[in-house]
Amino acid sequence: MKIKKNIAISDNGFIFDSNTGDTYSLNPVGTEILLLLKEGKQLPEIQKAILEKYDSDNATFEKAYLDFISMIRQYHLTEE
Amino acid sequence: MTKKKITVAVSGLNNTDNPGPGIPVVRGIRESKEFDARIIGFAYENLEPGIYLHDIIDKTYQIPYPSAGIEPLMQRLEYINSIEKIDVIIPNFDAELFSFMKCADDLKKMNIHTFLPTHEQFEERQKSNLPDFGKKYGVNVPFSRPIFGENEIFGLTADFTYPLLVKGKYYDAYVAYNPEQVRMYFNKIVSKWGLPIIIQEFVHGTEVNVIALGDGKGNTIGAVPMRKQYITDKGKAWGGITLDDMNMLDLTHKIIGQTKWRGGMELELIKTNNNELFLIEINPRIPAWVYLAVGAGQNLPEALVKLALGEEVKPYESYDVGKMFVRYSMDMIVNLEEFEKLSMNGEL
Amino acid sequence: MSEKKLPFERPIIKKLNVNVPNKFGLKTEYDPITSIDGVMVKDLIKEFGSPLYVISERTIRDTYREAKRAFSTRYPKVQFAWSYKTNYMNAVCNVFHQEGSWAEVVSGFEYDKAIANGVQGQHIIFNGPDKTEKDLEKAIKNGSLIHIDHFDELYTIAELAEKMEQKPKVSIRVNMDTGIYPMWTRFGFNYENGEAWEALNRILLNKKLELVGLHAHIGTYIMVPWAYGLAAKKLADLAVGVQTKFNHTIKYIDLGGGFASKNTLKGAFSPGTDTCPTFDAYAEAISTAIISSAILPDHMPILILETGRALIDDAGSLLGSVIAIKRLADGRRSLVIDIGVNLLFTSFWYEHKVTPAQPFTHYTEDSVIYGPLCMNIDVIRENISFPLLNKGEHVVISRIGAYNMTQWMQFITLRPNIVMIDMDGKPHVIRKAEQNESLTSHEITPDYLKKINV
Repeated sequence: MKIKKNIAISDNGFIFDSNTGDTYSLNPVGTEILLLLKEGKQLPEIQKAILEKYDSDNATFEKAYLDFISMIRQYHLTEE
Repeated sequence: MTKKKITVAVSGLNNTDNPGPGIPVVRGIRESKEFDARIIGFAYENLEPGIYLHDIIDKTYQIPYPSAGIEPLMQRLEYINSIEKIDVIIPNFDAELFSFMKCADDLKKMNIHTFLPTHEQFEERQKSNLPDFGKKYGVNVPFSRPIFGENEIFGLTADFTYPLLVKGKYYDAYVAYNPEQVRMYFNKIVSKWGLPIIIQEFVHGTEVNVIALGDGKGNTIGAVPMRKQYITDKGKAWGGITLDDMNMLDLTHKIIGQTKWRGGMELELIKTNNNELFLIEINPRIPAWVYLAVGAGQNLPEALVKLALGEEVKPYESYDVGKMFVRYSMDMIVNLEEFEKLSMNGEL
Repeated sequence: MSEKKLPFERPIIKKLNVNVPNKFGLKTEYDPITSIDGVMVKDLIKEFGSPLYVISERTIRDTYREAKRAFSTRYPKVQFAWSYKTNYMNAVCNVFHQEGSWAEVVSGFEYDKAIANGVQGQHIIFNGPDKTEKDLEKAIKNGSLIHIDHFDELYTIAELAEKMEQKPKVSIRVNMDTGIYPMWTRFGFNYENGEAWEALNRILLNKKLELVGLHAHIGTYIMVPWAYGLAAKKLADLAVGVQTKFNHTIKYIDLGGGFASKNTLKGAFSPGTDTCPTFDAYAEAISTAIISSAILPDHMPILILETGRALIDDAGSLLGSVIAIKRLADGRRSLVIDIGVNLLFTSFWYEHKVTPAQPFTHYTEDSVIYGPLCMNIDVIRENISFPLLNKGEHVVISRIGAYNMTQWMQFITLRPNIVMIDMDGKPHVIRKAEQNESLTSHEITPDYLKKINV
């Protein structure tokens, strides 16, 4: 899965989709995941990175990640 | 004469086609010969134009919606005041007045001054209480009554003939020609402003308005009558002219004298073909066309600030008749960074 | 690993609204409720299960004393009567009785509860349209205060008085226009059309009944204290009429209940915490009306109040846990908690305050909070901007003390424990969680249906 090229992500969690004009906000974990996705990282790498930094476990992360991805898709921020 | 430095916070920065009074209020204060004011904007929405008008508003903070209640509002105001040291707050939305009136004493303890109507004044001029208000003060008002449910709509013909007006508690008024339209407007308004909905007799005539300021002791500090010359499809004045009408001024003095009105107000009146005046509504704050009053010689925003600070204010005796305002809109260029800053941090 | 990891919060993305105010409101700026009267929410749930009703004895007593102070500083003779239907857990009733409240009941069931709690007969006010002959006999024998609702009841009592050779103590309930909406005319006798005066005449002309008081209960969740002032004035006028015509002195005026609580009604613009009048405001309106009436100083009646909701709502909380976090098809978050409308009947008309019981960040999602029932009506909050909770975490629903422990429904599942936290911070179970046999013990399966083969 890839994030569209025209998505600008600020460090404070502000997103601008220059293709649609829509703007979004993210919480810190969301920001980190989206930045990693933007770099082209996939689930295993992202999972590793987040679990190294945050106190969670594989199952909890995976549930949250899948839910997050579904929203990213719903907002058409990805190109498949 | 050196101007006194003060910090004034103002809401109603929505200078849109349904304009709030914030920007014209600030223009009045900016033109004061007595005050050198730093202006803080209070915004609810991130696209209120005033937020981006940096030569008018020095700094803007988002504040919680009035429907969130007093507690979050006070928390936010304490934070803002810790940075800005506010002297006066002028709230400009009907819907937020209740909260600010309730907070007024706590704000005073923080050395923040307001000049708002009392709870009693605010309540008795509520649209749903207007018939009693008319009776109490001997003022003509159209017949009206509140309704609380859709099931009351079909019974309306006992008291009203169509067309009639369907009004919200704080905002919105629609002319309805049949029960179906009443039902439509009822639901539209309820979802925004809650119950009750006010049904009001439709009085034929010309709508005229008065902007006025009461000192809370029964004195009228200023009053300017106006007729809208061009009305938008939202019912807002896009052009207006000051009138020479003693009846309107007398009525204003009578209302302010009897109620001892405290603060700004707008009287919405209907002048019938027989030259009778009907009071349609009292807005308990300065209206969006206040700058016409400033232009006609009565700087009511400045006077309001002085009253709030406890200063003596001499009533305005006159104004220029035949002064007009013509509203215009203009596109500002705004950088995305500004929108981002406001959206993410709640201040700009 | 030596470095401490950061707490994990579910990642979220939110579209920024760029125009109209949305119905979810601004981000939540409030604190978690981690404890009640010093007892940790998580400990309460661990010990007594989830969901759990919690009642704060301290809040009950504080609220009662506040109300008592408001009225008795303005009026010489004030008596509260605890409204059983609002919450008839015996422990709750007895806290009020210890504070000096009489009992106000509206059925034989409640009447017997009050007697069993040890309330003296003459301190029970018996209201309501349905009092059976057996109930009335009992009430007459005990010298209770019977508030007559309709003429049929008046005649029944007159007959019983003759039969029992005892003089029943009666009042009438009066309904009236106090300028509020809706006007309750279904209970009692109407003031404006003269029905109430007519009823009083019949009572006083019938020497077998003793007229002791006048009662009104103008509505529920009344936000305007002046309406009570009007009601008090009308009752005072009746009292003066009775004095003049029959030289009979009314002993008490009972203004019923109906004071608002701080809960927010659905459809209200401002939160109830901002709009709910204080006890002082109600007390001022009522006392002023009676004192300034034409009732002579020597004949000043006792003022009785049957306030229920305003005295108990704040003292009750409902603790629960997150069962699941789902995503609805339209992108909204859905939170399934173990508190359903079966336990929180008042969620049909209030926007209850739901607060996480553990710390949270300011990030929120537009959410719907559902109860656990497999029924579409089971919604606790339709639109709420809510922090990011995880499965198993706890929530506290505040201000649920009124009506939920009486109007609850035995539906789909069983009712949980109710605990009361005493003045020293010690929790006591005051109603045990139901077991299957709590319900099945009342069922009778005919023998021929006992054998099944599935």
